[in-house]
Amino acid sequence: MTTELTIAKSLNQALRTAMEEDSKVLLFGEDIGKLGGVFRVTDGLHKDFGDHRVLDSPLAESGIVGTAIGLAMRGYRPVLEIQFDGFVFPAFDQIISQLAKVHRRTNGSVKLPITIRIPYGGGIGAVEHHSESPETFFTHIPGLRVLSPSDPQSAYSCLLSAIRSNDPVIFFEPKRRYWDKGYVDRTQSPADPWRARIVRTGSDVTVVAYGPMVKTALQAANASEYSLEVIDLQSLSPLDDRSIADSVERTGRLVIVHEAPGNLGLGAEIAARIGKSCFYTLEAPIERVTGYDIPYPPSKLEEHYLPDHDRILVAVDSVMEA
Amino acid sequence: MTMTSAPEPQSPAVQLLTPEGELVNHESYSLDLTHAQYKYLYREMVSVRRLDQEATALQRQGELGLWASSLGQEAAQVGSAFALEKNDFAFPTYREHGVAWMRGVDPMKIMEVYRGISNGGWDPLEHRCNSYTIVIGNQVLNGVGYAMGCTLDQSDDAAITYFGDGATAQGDVNEGFVFASTFDAPVVFFCQNNQWAISQPSEKFVKTPIYKRADGFGFPGVLVDGNDILAVIAVTKAALDRARSGAGPTLIEAFTYRMGAHTTSDDPTRYRHENDLQNWKLRDPIERLKVMLARNGIADRNFFDAIDSDADAWAHTFRAAVRSMGEPAPGSIFDNVYADRHEALDAQRAAFIDYHEGFADSGVTS
Repeated sequence: MTTELTIAKSLNQALRTAMEEDSKVLLFGEDIGKLGGVFRVTDGLHKDFGDHRVLDSPLAESGIVGTAIGLAMRGYRPVLEIQFDGFVFPAFDQIISQLAKVHRRTNGSVKLPITIRIPYGGGIGAVEHHSESPETFFTHIPGLRVLSPSDPQSAYSCLLSAIRSNDPVIFFEPKRRYWDKGYVDRTQSPADPWRARIVRTGSDVTVVAYGPMVKTALQAANASEYSLEVIDLQSLSPLDDRSIADSVERTGRLVIVHEAPGNLGLGAEIAARIGKSCFYTLEAPIERVTGYDIPYPPSKLEEHYLPDHDRILVAVDSVMEA
Repeated sequence: MTMTSAPEPQSPAVQLLTPEGELVNHESYSLDLTHAQYKYLYREMVSVRRLDQEATALQRQGELGLWASSLGQEAAQVGSAFALEKNDFAFPTYREHGVAWMRGVDPMKIMEVYRGISNGGWDPLEHRCNSYTIVIGNQVLNGVGYAMGCTLDQSDDAAITYFGDGATAQGDVNEGFVFASTFDAPVVFFCQNNQWAISQPSEKFVKTPIYKRADGFGFPGVLVDGNDILAVIAVTKAALDRARSGAGPTLIEAFTYRMGAHTTSDDPTRYRHENDLQNWKLRDPIERLKVMLARNGIADRNFFDAIDSDADAWAHTFRAAVRSMGEPAPGSIFDNVYADRHEALDAQRAAFIDYHEGFADSGVTS
């Protein structure tokens, strides 16, 4: 059965499915109850599941994550909402020092199946701290898994996989794409969210993107004179570099796209791995199209920061002409 | 250099046993224990002090990397843990050896942490005692969340979170107060004010007595003589009863004194007077219970001697066991990083093993 849904609604459906299949799943975060979250992702769930399954938290992010760890120790499977990317940092200590390490510290005795949903990225004309891409901080941390969907179908399957995971998952939602529509099949077994997926096949250049940049990469592929193969990572940690390498073995060229600043971003890690595994296949130096190494700019200037399809096309030309 | 004399609590602390070993009444708190229970508490405090002394010595001999002494805080730790029910859950810092002991944690597992064998040692769910938390204040939020889960389960279980005077400066502790208050979580905030945050005297950063801060969060705070095990048990039991009734959290400030250094890496002679230590020795938690037991004919010299010789025998075995502790296989550094399968890490482990097997007699196994 296929339904046309926005990403926000698809995430909402995934939460509903998870809550229906496991009574230990509960939602916790700021304004997620009657309001349904500032992006309405939890819309209607408080009404249908009640105060004991959908809990409005005090306005303190470390408190949200720190108490969720205790709830998980008690057998719950909390799904947390951090209101915006730039507000996750007060919780960073609990995430790094406790959430990521407890399973290892306790020799596997204590599992923390906690999902932390974070709307991320720019392009919505917001004030400071509402447009950031902090995923690299989390992909660097052993013990965490990091997912980021790109469209309604991957939103549904990735979020369900995150909640079902026995490991903590940081779940980055591409907020500028929340209202994009697409068809979602909730019955068929979804493609493995921990694997990268080819969203457009091509033969000249492999373009790797994730989250909000997948759509931008597809726009570039439509506009390009070359045949671009677009890969949606889905899982940022662990990184499915095998799937990228398989593609690069066919195309010989790689462009990596992300919104986060380029310096030590995910693109650097991908380039290092592919530079090694595909050294004898690569026809050109790997190109990265990323945010600049600056604090996220004021919204009137954000279009100059965000990678767009023109910047991707320039990078494609560069690897084709090398 | 700051020199300070030990400050007195600013209002009378709950006390049922004076430093001179005299039983006294309190208008709000009382405790009815059997003679066997009194003797049990004495034995446990002596055992915990012996554990602490042995660990300190073992660190000096190079057998432990570090030790955080609980010397002087035995009444606060053993007493509060004694007040717990079996299903309650304790969230200690790294200094609550008396709590871990009372929760049935094998002392060898504590040694693992300070010897560098593991980062946790025991199974928190089995003992209902969390791993030692080293980051100051983190465990307070974890304990509050656990207590929130007890409420969601409609269970009678409660949680107790331990922290020190220094931790009251941390955001996590204050957020813990807010969350517990918001959800009426069945949690007891047990603050041992041992008066020192490494070198900083608590009087410097505690401008309002710690227990009074509870007012601002909307739940009761109580000051107790932390070296009086009977008072500690009475106030902790009352706080746990209140928690179980659904009335929410309580903050207990157990006023005590860190008789030792912060850790074996610390040198308190640089920042505090020897006089303070001597002053607090007069309020020793174990001595005052001993005087009470003897004065009231509950225990005699034979009992005390037997406790001491038992502790000697235990210490002998303990020292030998620590010295002969094995080390985990190097490949185990990859264990349990994730709960679910992680192919990339499996590959790293395989490469690690392969690399080490390239050396003769490396002894490295998975």
